Amino acid sequence: MSLFEAQGISVRFGGIRAVDDVSFKVEKGEVFSIIGPNGAGKTTIFNLISRIYNATEGKLIVDGQEFTKTPPDQVARMGIARTFQNIELFPNASLLQNLLIGRHCHAKVGLLSQLAFMGSTRRAEVKHREKAEDVIAFLGLQRYRDSLIANLPYGVRKVVELGRALCIEPKLLLLDEPSSGLNVEETEGMGFWIEDIKKDLGITVIMVEHDMALVNQVSDRVMALNYGKVLAMGTPREVQTHPEVVKAYLGGELEDAA
Amino acid sequence: MRYLFRTDYKQDTALARHGGDVFWYGLLTLAMLAIPLLMGEFYVGELGGVFIFAIAGVGLMLLVGYTGLISLGHAAFLGIGAYTNSVLLERGMPFVVTLPVAGLFTAFCGAAIGLPTLRMSGLYLAIATLAFGSIVGTVFQKWSSVTGGFDGFAVPTPTIFGIGLDGATGIYYVSLVVLIFVLWISANMLRSPMGRAMVAIRDSEVSAQSMGINLARYKAMAFAISAGMTGLAGALFAHYVRFLAPDAFDVLLSVQFVTIVFVGGLGSLHGAIFGAIFVRLLPQFIAIVRDDLPFGIGRLPGLEPSLFGLVLVLVILFQPGGINGIWQKAKHAFTAFPFKRQTSSRRQKSYAKSERLR
Amino acid sequence: MEDAARLLQLVVNGAAAGCIYGLIALGFVLIYKATEMVNFAQGDVMMLGGFVAYSLIAHWGLNYWIGALLAIAITAAFGFALDAIILRRVIGQPQFAVVMLTLGLGFIFRAGAGIAWGYDSVGFNTPFTNKIANIGPLILGQDNLSIIVGTVLLCAVLYVFFSKTRLGVAMQASSQNQLAAYYMGIPVRTVFSLIWAISAGVAAVAGILLSPVSMIDVNMGFLGIKAFAAAVIGGFGSIPGSLVGGVIVGVVEQLAGYYLPAGFQEVTSNVVLLAMLILRPQGLFAELQGKRV
Repeated sequence: MSLFEAQGISVRFGGIRAVDDVSFKVEKGEVFSIIGPNGAGKTTIFNLISRIYNATEGKLIVDGQEFTKTPPDQVARMGIARTFQNIELFPNASLLQNLLIGRHCHAKVGLLSQLAFMGSTRRAEVKHREKAEDVIAFLGLQRYRDSLIANLPYGVRKVVELGRALCIEPKLLLLDEPSSGLNVEETEGMGFWIEDIKKDLGITVIMVEHDMALVNQVSDRVMALNYGKVLAMGTPREVQTHPEVVKAYLGGELEDAA
Repeated sequence: MRYLFRTDYKQDTALARHGGDVFWYGLLTLAMLAIPLLMGEFYVGELGGVFIFAIAGVGLMLLVGYTGLISLGHAAFLGIGAYTNSVLLERGMPFVVTLPVAGLFTAFCGAAIGLPTLRMSGLYLAIATLAFGSIVGTVFQKWSSVTGGFDGFAVPTPTIFGIGLDGATGIYYVSLVVLIFVLWISANMLRSPMGRAMVAIRDSEVSAQSMGINLARYKAMAFAISAGMTGLAGALFAHYVRFLAPDAFDVLLSVQFVTIVFVGGLGSLHGAIFGAIFVRLLPQFIAIVRDDLPFGIGRLPGLEPSLFGLVLVLVILFQPGGINGIWQKAKHAFTAFPFKRQTSSRRQKSYAKSERLR
Repeated sequence: MEDAARLLQLVVNGAAAGCIYGLIALGFVLIYKATEMVNFAQGDVMMLGGFVAYSLIAHWGLNYWIGALLAIAITAAFGFALDAIILRRVIGQPQFAVVMLTLGLGFIFRAGAGIAWGYDSVGFNTPFTNKIANIGPLILGQDNLSIIVGTVLLCAVLYVFFSKTRLGVAMQASSQNQLAAYYMGIPVRTVFSLIWAISAGVAAVAGILLSPVSMIDVNMGFLGIKAFAAAVIGGFGSIPGSLVGGVIVGVVEQLAGYYLPAGFQEVTSNVVLLAMLILRPQGLFAELQGKRV
């Protein structure tokens, strides 16, 4: 059984079909990339999966459980974590606090216990802290532990956002353009982390990405979209040489070919 | 400078970061306890007023400074707390019951107004709470069978375990205890998942949601806790003024509360205390210098609110960190002397973050 | 017949009051659309406009029309300066910082007006004061009619300005997309200040139109709170919407004052406002928009 499955999902904004009857399956332990020109509907698919948008049609299934109608704040509890294209961290909190917020879906202590900071809360806090420290060690963020996010450089924030998603301990990780805004070395580093996440942590990854080198480096399979429709699916090589994909990138809008 | 060497995760969740904290806060508490023995009735009363405003200020700080929700209707919550407490006292209930009931009932009212306004953004919430405050103010005026309407309401003297709290000193000590309790609750909240969820909502609702935070639940909870603390302050306020008039709980009072939060410094419990001291002491200061000001400025009827307005404007324009920001900078300059650099306190340039689709 | 005439009378009075709310709301909306700020001092700007007109007409003895135009121009210049000197600095700060800033400014304006003009209510003679128009069986005050006619004329002028003139189109463009407008060579910051000027001018018109109906005093800015209800009904983004919203609030208020027990009239606008925010926060006309990630 696949870990994640989208069955014919569509979404309309006004008259425009931003995502049009898209189906795909992601197997456990694979890195699945979604590529396509700007406005092809890639981020919209992520917003559908994280339930910020409602799918007009279709079904979303993770681990055999349908979640097409689940409220957005329950998605993390189902083991789905995500990052955002333009970084949506909590800028006026420290790095450590940001990671601890990632632990929120595992918080089970009652309100009264929190207000009085009883022993149960204290013990839970120490456990969350240990998990957060594991992530800090995994991503090598020790020196920034107590810095405010607002004071960190862009490249580091991108890694912090990845770390915050890992704190959820997800089965499925959605990465929205992990390399956008990063320089060549940082992009390379991001590639190694994605590989580590797959191999060491065994987390399945769906990634939206423009950088073809990164896509080739980490992806097991690739799906190409244009105008909300699936153009091609397969190994990175198959998709990139697919005539429809070549046409979509080179045919109409030359400047999007990057 | 002091460096913390951490050897245990529990150190980061401890209330006092190091021995210095324990020493200074302990000294402050002792000083506050000793003040009624050393100072006159007038000063004790005024300081009690500062405590009451600080309690409401802490409540509002949790909402505005930590959850990022604004309220221009907190005077209504103060009023609800004050009237609940006084009406119950008059019906013969003991003060040890009416005080917590006033807090809980106001918290319930806070949740009731918080729930429908959850989807609103900063601006709409400001307008909605403004409207709420003015509706509640009218209710206080018109529901004269309970509130006494414009004739006012003489607040009965409370007793705790047989001791009558008729002087300023009694209310002073009760207010001090409630203030410490409220600060303790707030500090606990801020170091547990709930407080972090509030900060997350303040900084980015979208990603807070994708971290598994139920926006509606936490916003309503923040509203309820904030209103509840303000209700406690209201119950004490009733005994502080001893006579309730409905027009005391108007928009101007709400603006004073928000001034506490902004002038004190957003996102800091210290700020709430600093702000309360400022807001309570400014009118006293005006009263003292009133006759010495040139051109009769001192006798202008609108002097007090306009000074509040002016300070608010100046703080937002030039010192967004508020008094707490100045305090932190001064502390930093002192401990780092002589290594202070201009850049270490320079403000970051911020850019408009639109909440609209373009 | 008696009842119908009574009802119509109430509706006209309500519509006149509503036009004032609508004009203040229009000021909110113009600024909000452009800068995403809300000027909580809009009612106080109206108060300043009224006092300036009072000085020019009653004190200096200017002709009503000349005095009114001059007062509008002066208030508009004041609005321009307000943005250029103060509000421009807070772009990018959290929205509630702007709310508190304009609230603070409102207190300062009130005190300033108190120093300059005193705390007593004042008024000046207008061509419409205490005159009556007979329309069929109806007896209507010219003062109320002048408010309605004045509002309609002002809206026509604004409509032509925004759709036909270069500057008006540039303002619309800047409101919709600052960055694109900036790239197209529109001086966005100046345009925003001009929008503040127009909004202050509109507030001055409201103050002047209101003067034959009610006296000018320092606290008349509190009408601004009722104007929020108008703006919210209109969806806070629509100029015709805010006028319609104003008229709705004005009429409902009049009817509530007549048919409901005393005390209800004062809270009507606030109840309408809360109900609207809870039930239909996007307003009667506009579409709700979320944040894009």
